[in-house]
Amino acid sequence: MRGRWRSHSRSGANQWGPYIAARAAGSRVPALARYYGAGLPSADTPIGEVSFLALDIETTGLDEARHAIVSVGVVPFDLDRIRLADRHYWVVHPPRALSSLSVTFHHITHTDIENAPDFVEVLPSLLEAMAGRVVVVHYRNIERSFLDAAAKARVGEHLLFPVVDTMAIEAHRHRLSLWARFRRWLGHPPVSIRLNDSRQRYGLPVYQGHHALVDALATAELFQAQVATHLRRDMPVGRLWS
Amino acid sequence: MDVELLEIRQHMGRFPPFDRISDDLLDEVAGQVEVAYYKAGTPILELDQPIERLCYVRSGAVEVYRRSGTLFDRLGEGDVFGHFSLLRNHRVRFPATALEDSLIYFIPETAFWRLCESDDQFADFVELGRPRLEAAVEEQRKNNEMMVTRVRKLLTRAPQMVESTVSVQQAAQRITASQASAVLVVDAAVADPRYTYTDREGQQWQVRGILTDSDFRTRVVAEGRSPDTPVGEVVGDRLIAIQSDESVYEAMLCMLRNNVHHLPVVHRRRPVGIVHLSDIIRYETQSSLYLVDSIFNQPTPVGLARLLPDVRAALVRMVNDGADSRMIGSALSTIGRSFTRRLLELAEQVLGPPPVPYCFMVMGSMARDEQTIVSDQDNALVLSDDFDPDSHDAYFEALARYVSDGLAACGYSYCKGDIMATNPRWRQPLSQWKAYFRNWIDEPTPERLLHSSIFFDLDAVYGENRFVEALQDLVAERAKGNERFLAAMARNALNRTPPLGFFRNFVMEHDGRHNNSINLKRRGTAPLVDLIRVHALACGARAQNSFDRLDQIGRTQLLGPGVADRLRYALEFLTMSRIRHQVIDLEQEREPDNNIEPENVPDSERHNLKEAFQALSNAQKFLKFRYPAPTRGR
Repeated sequence: MRGRWRSHSRSGANQWGPYIAARAAGSRVPALARYYGAGLPSADTPIGEVSFLALDIETTGLDEARHAIVSVGVVPFDLDRIRLADRHYWVVHPPRALSSLSVTFHHITHTDIENAPDFVEVLPSLLEAMAGRVVVVHYRNIERSFLDAAAKARVGEHLLFPVVDTMAIEAHRHRLSLWARFRRWLGHPPVSIRLNDSRQRYGLPVYQGHHALVDALATAELFQAQVATHLRRDMPVGRLWS
Repeated sequence: MDVELLEIRQHMGRFPPFDRISDDLLDEVAGQVEVAYYKAGTPILELDQPIERLCYVRSGAVEVYRRSGTLFDRLGEGDVFGHFSLLRNHRVRFPATALEDSLIYFIPETAFWRLCESDDQFADFVELGRPRLEAAVEEQRKNNEMMVTRVRKLLTRAPQMVESTVSVQQAAQRITASQASAVLVVDAAVADPRYTYTDREGQQWQVRGILTDSDFRTRVVAEGRSPDTPVGEVVGDRLIAIQSDESVYEAMLCMLRNNVHHLPVVHRRRPVGIVHLSDIIRYETQSSLYLVDSIFNQPTPVGLARLLPDVRAALVRMVNDGADSRMIGSALSTIGRSFTRRLLELAEQVLGPPPVPYCFMVMGSMARDEQTIVSDQDNALVLSDDFDPDSHDAYFEALARYVSDGLAACGYSYCKGDIMATNPRWRQPLSQWKAYFRNWIDEPTPERLLHSSIFFDLDAVYGENRFVEALQDLVAERAKGNERFLAAMARNALNRTPPLGFFRNFVMEHDGRHNNSINLKRRGTAPLVDLIRVHALACGARAQNSFDRLDQIGRTQLLGPGVADRLRYALEFLTMSRIRHQVIDLEQEREPDNNIEPENVPDSERHNLKEAFQALSNAQKFLKFRYPAPTRGR
């Protein structure tokens, strides 16, 4: 399938350049101004030359209006290596109470949360880790909407940036391709594109999910595997992000 | 411990060498790992590229190649590679390629060196210090009580001593009074300074011999001697003694070899005590010594055959007590020889005395003192040159048949190649045997020697030992420096090659094929013994035991420095693996064989076996180079 990849983002990949430049100039929050000021690779940079940051957040639920972030994990990487030594992991104190369900879900205890800082204290370090790197997530809707909502609530400004979504890449292969549509037409159930199921298709080991850092690492490995299997290192990054 | 690293450290912690390192160090290493995914068929390390990290296979499979492009190793989950290159000049020496889609962890060099410094196990594993195999063998030796306990520990008191002029009655009274069972007979020293020592009063003495309880029966009463006879007249003229710093094991062997129950212990030349069979048995209950004793007490071949479970039990006990391969090989060979000798004694009782002198000769593992529980009989008769086929051969044929059938009943199966004294070709007078050996050595072809290499491990078991010694002399003198003979022997020693190692639950061959099991004798110990024999013949060594041969080879310049030691460790490890798997068979009530199945081989043993195979493979290459076929035949 090499070379037949088409961006699923029709809205024009180049719109991120002007947006980032504008935010760098216009942000009144120093940490955001620094993040946007560091810039991002241009949309035509080959993915083989891009610095990435795998990012995963764990939340108390799926609705950013009612639920909150409890932890953030990031691992910087490129197509050659995932640099675990430069990882970061933060537990943050959600403004709303934790339900007992989500406690077991995240392996994070009430004590962990009680001693944790608010998201606003973590934000500068997170932005520093993101500076100059293209963020890679599995299922962009969660990360993007929760981070944006959290920033808006704390510092009054949006936090928007391009992301590469490994789930979208899987969906494209397994849900949108001609072959996938043919399979569905024959009555086969759709292939699962959840993180661990996707990883198994590439021979990647099963990790215990729902730890933000482990999932970030798992996402970085999945992206390397996807590129090695379906994509070319000289593909412009702008065709993958949205 | 970081929960976030759990996935990585838990995985590494399951595989050697990381399974032995501390939790803190493991955390530190896991936290510095870099990760990369490789599609099947893509290179991971390329020749001569700089390398700064140790590679660890998290999932998938990797093939490692030699510079020449031949397969060096195939690795699976939990294996490491790249350490050779890290330890040498930081350039990749063995390129690696993903065989399957693989996830690789890269451990930074700083963490690698910290591992080497803080953990000897790790350093051994990557062969930084001693080779891993050597470390494994030494570790085992340390754990064996019998090997390290000195015989002086068994002594409870000074020996009783009498001068040779004392009467046997007085000597008997001394023994009785002291509740001993033997006395040492001494002379005021004059004759042989080799045996003299000085006592506390400064007087010189010489030990003449030992007089035991049973000597009073056999040499005094049975022979009708007077109680006034001086002990000097009845004491034997051969003194078998042992140095006080020898091991208990050595004392046991000494008793086995000489079939004696009392052993004087000397410190240099001064007698310090007497050990008795029962002292050792008390120390090592139900030893193989006890077994040998009961072999010689059996009145019939049927009785001998009933001892088979005892032989097997003795083996299991020795292995579980941590005996090494030499102890086991020599104990089992002694048992085998005892069976043979007892059968010959019984045969002579049935058939009458032999018409001409003979020597019963054994070949192969029994001659090398390297028998295992799974053993064929390889034997022959060397007859006096007065042998007359027409009038004598019927006797020797019957003798050979009696012994061979008896041995088969005792678990030593008939030789498939018919190398047994029952075959008239191997029942010949000494002159004919000399002709055989001259012919093999002087007119060698690999085909001709293929089935006769076993004759170059030979030893006497019973009868006129000098016949076999004459053959051993002939071989040692003629083989040395005979290029054509050595080249032919070397070529045959290369017929059987070791596998590459293991991969998952298969045995890996050099060409990448897989097998479900491996015959450790055919692919390991036998080719190793073959090549040691060639070197031994080349340097005129007279030893038959492979370890003794390696000692003698090591004193020459034949092999490079350290090579003899590497072969010794490889032989020890391969033999012990083979024996341990036979013990597993016995304990699970299966018929023991020489096969091992990879799923029964623990990780640590896999790595050591691989190293032993590697040592064998390298030694075979050297053999080919060292003994080339002469270009022009004479």
